[in-house]
Amino acid sequence: MNDSDKKRLLREMIFYRRFEDRTFEAYMERKIGGFLHLYTGQEAVATGVLDMARMGGGDKADYVITGYRDHVHAIKSGAPAREVMAELYGKETGSSRGRGGSMHIFDPTANFMGGYALVGQPFPLAAGLAMGCKHKGTDQIAICFLGDGANNQGTFHETMNMASVWELPVLFVCENNMYAIGTHIDRSTAVRDQYKRMCAYDIEASQHDGMDIETVLEASKKAVDYVRKNSKPYFIEFMTYRFRGHSMSDAKGYRTREEEQEWEKRDPINIFAGKLKKAGLITDADIKAMEKEIDDEIENDIIKFAEESPEPKVEDLGKYVLDDNPDPRWIGPLQQ
Amino acid sequence: MAEIAYWEAIRRAHDEEMANDPLVIAMGEDIGVAGGTYKATSGLFDKYGPQRIIDTPISENSYTGIGIGASMVGMRPIIEIMSINFALLALDTLINAAAKIRYMSGGRVQCPIVMRTPGGTAHQLAAQHSARLARMFMSTSGLRVVTPRGPIDAYGMLKSAVRCNDPVIVIEHEQMYNLKEEMPDEEFFRPLEGAEIVRQGEDITLIGYNYSVHLCLQAAQRLESDGVSAEVLDLRSLKPLDRETIRRSVEKTHRFLIAEEDEAAVGVGSEIISVISEDCFYALDAQPVRIHAADVPVPYNHRLEKAAIPSADDVYEGALKVLGKI
Repeated sequence: MNDSDKKRLLREMIFYRRFEDRTFEAYMERKIGGFLHLYTGQEAVATGVLDMARMGGGDKADYVITGYRDHVHAIKSGAPAREVMAELYGKETGSSRGRGGSMHIFDPTANFMGGYALVGQPFPLAAGLAMGCKHKGTDQIAICFLGDGANNQGTFHETMNMASVWELPVLFVCENNMYAIGTHIDRSTAVRDQYKRMCAYDIEASQHDGMDIETVLEASKKAVDYVRKNSKPYFIEFMTYRFRGHSMSDAKGYRTREEEQEWEKRDPINIFAGKLKKAGLITDADIKAMEKEIDDEIENDIIKFAEESPEPKVEDLGKYVLDDNPDPRWIGPLQQ
Repeated sequence: MAEIAYWEAIRRAHDEEMANDPLVIAMGEDIGVAGGTYKATSGLFDKYGPQRIIDTPISENSYTGIGIGASMVGMRPIIEIMSINFALLALDTLINAAAKIRYMSGGRVQCPIVMRTPGGTAHQLAAQHSARLARMFMSTSGLRVVTPRGPIDAYGMLKSAVRCNDPVIVIEHEQMYNLKEEMPDEEFFRPLEGAEIVRQGEDITLIGYNYSVHLCLQAAQRLESDGVSAEVLDLRSLKPLDRETIRRSVEKTHRFLIAEEDEAAVGVGSEIISVISEDCFYALDAQPVRIHAADVPVPYNHRLEKAAIPSADDVYEGALKVLGKI
């Protein structure tokens, strides 16, 4: 990785942090409704993994799918940030035309196949995306991001089994932040190290620090290459921490301030910025300027676009339930 | 033209659609090497291989989810669930995913899957193999639900379902797999929408779907010897419903009965009575009657099972009640 890539990755992580901070503000202003789950603290994982995959959409790029904490995964996959913000605002210009909201960002042009609110549901969907790639004979892979909490669903076990038996090219990324909403992993799960569970399915697996993006990049490169080259699943686990609550309604009463402070010392942006400063690639002043530029972009482009975009029309309520332009040969009417 | 059984019609539809489009695959328990519990995919494993006729483990929710994921990138999976009771395990991926992905992506991603499954009682299979559940799928936005009554529809509607861009639930029936019909040798399609008048009549409309159409036809024959001219209407599609054809028939006969094998509460029959009340209430000359299963889990004992499930006699007597003859 060259120096400009390093600076780009730092900028991306700062951008994701500021983007999520800004959604927090918009939520407090009631511009954003529903549930809002922020990615703050976990930035190194999605940024690092997807930087090692083929992004950008089309029939060469990899597919990405995740749960409801999905804004950053969508943007890193190539969904325009302004469309993601417009979706949070419920606007017609949003990634999902205002029909999905925060938990259901979709952008098939970026091969970002959605955020899902049923914990564990993306496991089989991801394996299906991988099955499609394998069937068509492309060397695309599917990448599925989920938290440790999802691993106690039946879909986890069912899908790992089938992905292994059918040798599907899917990378399962476990973002282990140790909390299933408010229940600590030690109170809900027999094994803290999630990668160990893969021995039951004969799937290659490993565990890494998810707060250091250089570690994430290196481990992800190996994992992505393994999946692509062997057309087999791989399970990669990153130990990480979400700095904010599970969602906006979370008072965080289930964890101590001491624990939070310990993890905040390992802020992925500070760790990486520190490394780049030490290497003489960047100064505090450069970072300040970067932040200013990002804030300007968020305010003057992204938020402005979301604010000024139109709402969906009420008369379009019934659109997108079924195919709006079906072929009468398959649908009818029936000749009596 | 040749006489063909329901299961053979489904097999032929699979074969033709798989030959036509390499993106069509089939998946389910025992459908490959074993040829399928009802033989609906027999011989196709040898012809198309394990990549396209996929034997799954007993993991209904996730293999359905894998089919849905594959459909999101252009595949056309036909997913078999061995009994509709087992489809309850797959409701998360069917109802929370397949039925909603088009909508919650703002029309940008579609899930063109077909799920085939037999619903209904056979012979003493007891409560966990005899559910109908059509009413449950019928109540879900974003799904199509069809109920082929015989080989022609089983073949022609499955072919249409594979090519349609929506998730389609095809409800078959364990007692119909050996039912035979004359069927053209050349390829044809039957549309997924539209109710069908399968017997013309003047005095009463007997409405059925899936297996209950046959009960209605038997009852209509008996009514004819009583001098009553009964029309039989096959709903064919439970979602969406063809309200127009229902209305036209009721406006002609002014009386109707709805026969379903499911329990009555919040069911197909209550929905049909509702839409008729909304669309042509003043055309009615008599109170409608619902013929349906008893409000019990299906019993094992053959006498109890028979008592729990509607018969052609029940439809006949129900019609006499509508007509004021009993």
